[in-house]
Amino acid sequence: MPDYAISISDLGKRYKIGAAAERATSLREAITRAAAAPVRRLRHAGSSTGHVSTMWALRDVSFDVEAGQVIGIIGRNGAGKSTLLKILSRITLPTTGRAEIHGRVGSLLEVGTGFHQELSGRENIYLNGAILGMSRSEIGRKFDAIVAFSEIGEFLDTPVKRYSSGMFVRLAFAVAAHLEPEILLVDEVLAVGDLSFQRKCLGQMEEIAGTGRTVFFVSHNMNAVRGLCTRCVQIDGGRLVADGPTEDVVRNYIVEQTTDSATRLDLARPIGKDDELLITGLHVLDPRGKAGGPFHSKEELTVEIDVRILRANEGFQVGFDLVSANGLAFRSWHTDGDPEGWPRLPVGESTLRCTIPAGVLNEGSYGVIPKADVYRSHWIVNGDDSVWFEVIKDHSESPFFWTRNPGPIAPVLEWTSLTGEPATKAALVDRPAVREAPAPPAG
Amino acid sequence: MLSLARRRRDGLRAATLYSRGRKQSPIGVRDAHFSSHDQIRLHHAACQAAATDGGRLTTVTSPAERAPAEVPTLVIQPSTGWAKLGLRELWRYRELLFFLTWRDVLIRYKQAVLGVAWAVLNPVLTMVVFTLVFNRLLGVQSSSPDLPYEVFLYAGLLPWQLFAGALGRSGTSLVGNAGLITKVYFPRLVIPTTGVLATLPDFLISCGVLAILMALYGVAPTWQIVFLPLFVLLALVTALGVSLWLSALNVLYRDVQYIIPFVVQLWMFLSPVFYPTTKIDTYPGWAQLIYNLNPMTVVIGGFRWALLGQQSPNQLLWVSAVMVLVVFVGGLYYFRRMERVFADVV
Repeated sequence: MPDYAISISDLGKRYKIGAAAERATSLREAITRAAAAPVRRLRHAGSSTGHVSTMWALRDVSFDVEAGQVIGIIGRNGAGKSTLLKILSRITLPTTGRAEIHGRVGSLLEVGTGFHQELSGRENIYLNGAILGMSRSEIGRKFDAIVAFSEIGEFLDTPVKRYSSGMFVRLAFAVAAHLEPEILLVDEVLAVGDLSFQRKCLGQMEEIAGTGRTVFFVSHNMNAVRGLCTRCVQIDGGRLVADGPTEDVVRNYIVEQTTDSATRLDLARPIGKDDELLITGLHVLDPRGKAGGPFHSKEELTVEIDVRILRANEGFQVGFDLVSANGLAFRSWHTDGDPEGWPRLPVGESTLRCTIPAGVLNEGSYGVIPKADVYRSHWIVNGDDSVWFEVIKDHSESPFFWTRNPGPIAPVLEWTSLTGEPATKAALVDRPAVREAPAPPAG
Repeated sequence: MLSLARRRRDGLRAATLYSRGRKQSPIGVRDAHFSSHDQIRLHHAACQAAATDGGRLTTVTSPAERAPAEVPTLVIQPSTGWAKLGLRELWRYRELLFFLTWRDVLIRYKQAVLGVAWAVLNPVLTMVVFTLVFNRLLGVQSSSPDLPYEVFLYAGLLPWQLFAGALGRSGTSLVGNAGLITKVYFPRLVIPTTGVLATLPDFLISCGVLAILMALYGVAPTWQIVFLPLFVLLALVTALGVSLWLSALNVLYRDVQYIIPFVVQLWMFLSPVFYPTTKIDTYPGWAQLIYNLNPMTVVIGGFRWALLGQQSPNQLLWVSAVMVLVVFVGGLYYFRRMERVFADVV
């Protein structure tokens, strides 16, 4: 058996853009075109592809995936990730190059492919299972497990069209999660469902990954990629631009993303209500007043919100939500403290400033979503826009503090021993030059 | 203290080997805690065992699942020229064929208020209207004086509706299943084949109606009924052959789906559905030859022969058979050739 599961060499896929627009879409056109073809060929003699513009969705991509490896594929929208997945899933053929796959492949480009609204949950399980490549006996064997996983219970014989969207997704994923190929190709499927079910799906995927299967995981969810994959490949403009340990590739990718997108939000069009309050600007700044980041976690971060008050109101509250990639980290209002100390909001322009202390935010990317409301009355600004920035974690002096801590924040808290001697510079600091994480202690 | 540090370092190194080929713990290096020297030693031993195993945890993953035997290798590369038919692969996907056919049948009856009743109503109403118009109004007679026109007509409608239903369903099937085609791999031939097979339940119900009709009119079936499946097959293969062309063309040119009903209608008039072929049999040979290029002529004639003992098929059967073969095999190759662009175009 070869030691790799997937071997990709010089893979490329070209789409004809000009041709797509020009391609005859009706028979009449096709016929007139066919009639005109000899004339055209005479005119454009020599330049056979002259008027057809093409686009390489994927170009010269080569890499191998070891058996048992869980590899993440990241990149912007339209970078070519899905094209790569489609080629490996045999949905579309490559234009150039070659890929070899050793082992049975199961691909999951979408959950619920082939689900039919009129059919019951039970019928859809069989149908979808068959479409994903399971045999009838295999589905029969796993049927109970699928039903249990999906938590649809008594709705098993109800037509799927009566399901809530959450139930639908759960059932669809339950079938997919019980696919047991040697190589699993997965696209963005975790982007659906509620948070708790997403977590369950991730757990199931991890379980699949943990049993030595090769998983090829395309995702925008950097946390999922971080949690699942040992190795990561980044594709940009159809080309492979990075390949390496997940942490490195993901970090570079996010930094690249954040420097690309505007982290200084000078709102061209203010958000809010014309007769009450408008938020005209939102900036995330480091201690030197520089926007953009990436920010260091050992330094303070400042969030500045520019507001324009059009009519005074005691009930105005301005604040923001700080969100990490997988959820809310915290919310803060300018009215969170003692009413005596609340910043005044007179009619006219004001700038509110909030400082996030050093050594709190974990490594990762965060978004600031401006908020404004009239206390106990109504929202003025609620989740209309956001500014994203990247934090590099370097706030602790601990020699063990190298990899990302779990959780959205990573505060450095004080530790003391009530019995032992005071801490000294221990010999442990002589740390090994390994960067890979060990397994949890055996036994 | 120093020795502990060294041991711990060794432990970490070994642990690195141990974890290679596994999912990396996101928690990181700080998880390696050792409460006593004994535990370190144990851990160390485990690491060494794993390390000698090439670092990969073959013992942890179930060995049965990683058996080196029968690991298929799939090569994906650009395809050029004429594709192979890939019928063996189609056979491997027979269960999917079954499920998709089953889905088509199920959906058809579930969505309609009258459900299965349509399978009876449709041919019966057609038979009534056609009898009124063609027989009573226009004076078209059945092929023999002692055969009621109703039975004669129905025996022709039966294969015709099988064919027309299959063609209508299968001809647009690829576009109708675009969602599947762009998301899952399977031999695309499954789709039009499903469309053809899904008409069989209707056909069987319709056969039951014919049996009742024959009993009502006191028409006994003949022994040639054993040949009936042959003509059913001929009708199905004809429908599939034409559908392969139409469904593939429909992906490229959506006009096809508007043309299909039109073609089916004209085709019915060119087939002996509501008239006998007795007059055509008196025409010169070349005219008969042209008429028999239509495989449905033979299918309908065959039905009437097998069920009602009407004219037996003559040597012109072979004209139709060859015609079907050409359309079908040509359709298969055309379909396979176009298949590679379906997902990009549909």
